[in-house]
Amino acid sequence: MWRSLIPIVAFAVLAYFLNGGLYKDPRVIPSPLIGKPAPEFNLPVLGDRARQVAMADYRGQVVMVNVWGSWCSGCRAEHQTLLAIASTGEVPIIGLNWKDEDPAAEKWLTDLGNPYQVNLVDVEGRTAINFGVYGAPETFLIDKKGVIIHKFTGPIYWQAWTEELLPLVKKAKEAT
Amino acid sequence: MKRLLTLLILMTWLPATGLAIDAELAFQDPALQARYEEINAGLRCLVCQNQTIADSSASLAIDLRSQVKEMITAGKTNREILDYMVERYGNFVRFKPPVNNETVFLWAAPAVMVLGGLLIAVSIVRRRSTLPVDDDEQAPKGDA
Repeated sequence: MWRSLIPIVAFAVLAYFLNGGLYKDPRVIPSPLIGKPAPEFNLPVLGDRARQVAMADYRGQVVMVNVWGSWCSGCRAEHQTLLAIASTGEVPIIGLNWKDEDPAAEKWLTDLGNPYQVNLVDVEGRTAINFGVYGAPETFLIDKKGVIIHKFTGPIYWQAWTEELLPLVKKAKEAT
Repeated sequence: MKRLLTLLILMTWLPATGLAIDAELAFQDPALQARYEEINAGLRCLVCQNQTIADSSASLAIDLRSQVKEMITAGKTNREILDYMVERYGNFVRFKPPVNNETVFLWAAPAVMVLGGLLIAVSIVRRRSTLPVDDDEQAPKGDA
């Protein structure tokens, strides 16, 4: 009798794993950096290369670091959302202009609007590697202590902001 | 025929010899170059997930290769370089995942399947051997 149960059990096990796989986006790779201090950097500012900004400059502030490039189509898709987020004034957005060319990046900001408080230039992609970036756009939330509290992979959409990112930003801002 | 066979063997074997994707060798020293290639072959290109960074010309793979090259030059061990990548990209960056709680199913699956197959095969053979002799073999008796 129990023999006839074998295929059913085997099917159930297989279905369990396949079902789990259905809802996973294979492109989203969990970042091991969540809960760890954001990598230090010291990068030139887009449009004012003589000026340098370091990660340490943002201690005591909650910031959102957005990795983008003018070559990246997903970044174009999320740009309106970033502008809307910037206009709420909830969190400063720091752009990490990744493997881009300055004139192209500047043209992008002039044409589409600039949601960033400041844009940092990472031509060689060294800082991006330290952040574990594998494709733009990627967005990191960093708390007052400089710890990465969240990573969002792919273009941000409004609902992701209101339901996923904003609550974390608010919570991080309340923390001392 | 023999020539054709040789050709076929060469055709299948040559691509597997791992001609580096870089236009030039990263290192003059063959030992360092071998290490460079070995490390690259063990790191996943995260944009083109089923390739290693040794096989990919994606710009991230190029960056990661130059990172590997730099770290070898700086005298880092293979272990240190791998740890550096895992710290940033997680275990997913390793083409051969380590055995841990999350991957134990993955690693155990082949053995479990082979054992399961063997068990089924043995039980079928046992059952067959205890069944009464089937009709074909009884037929001659009936004739007699």
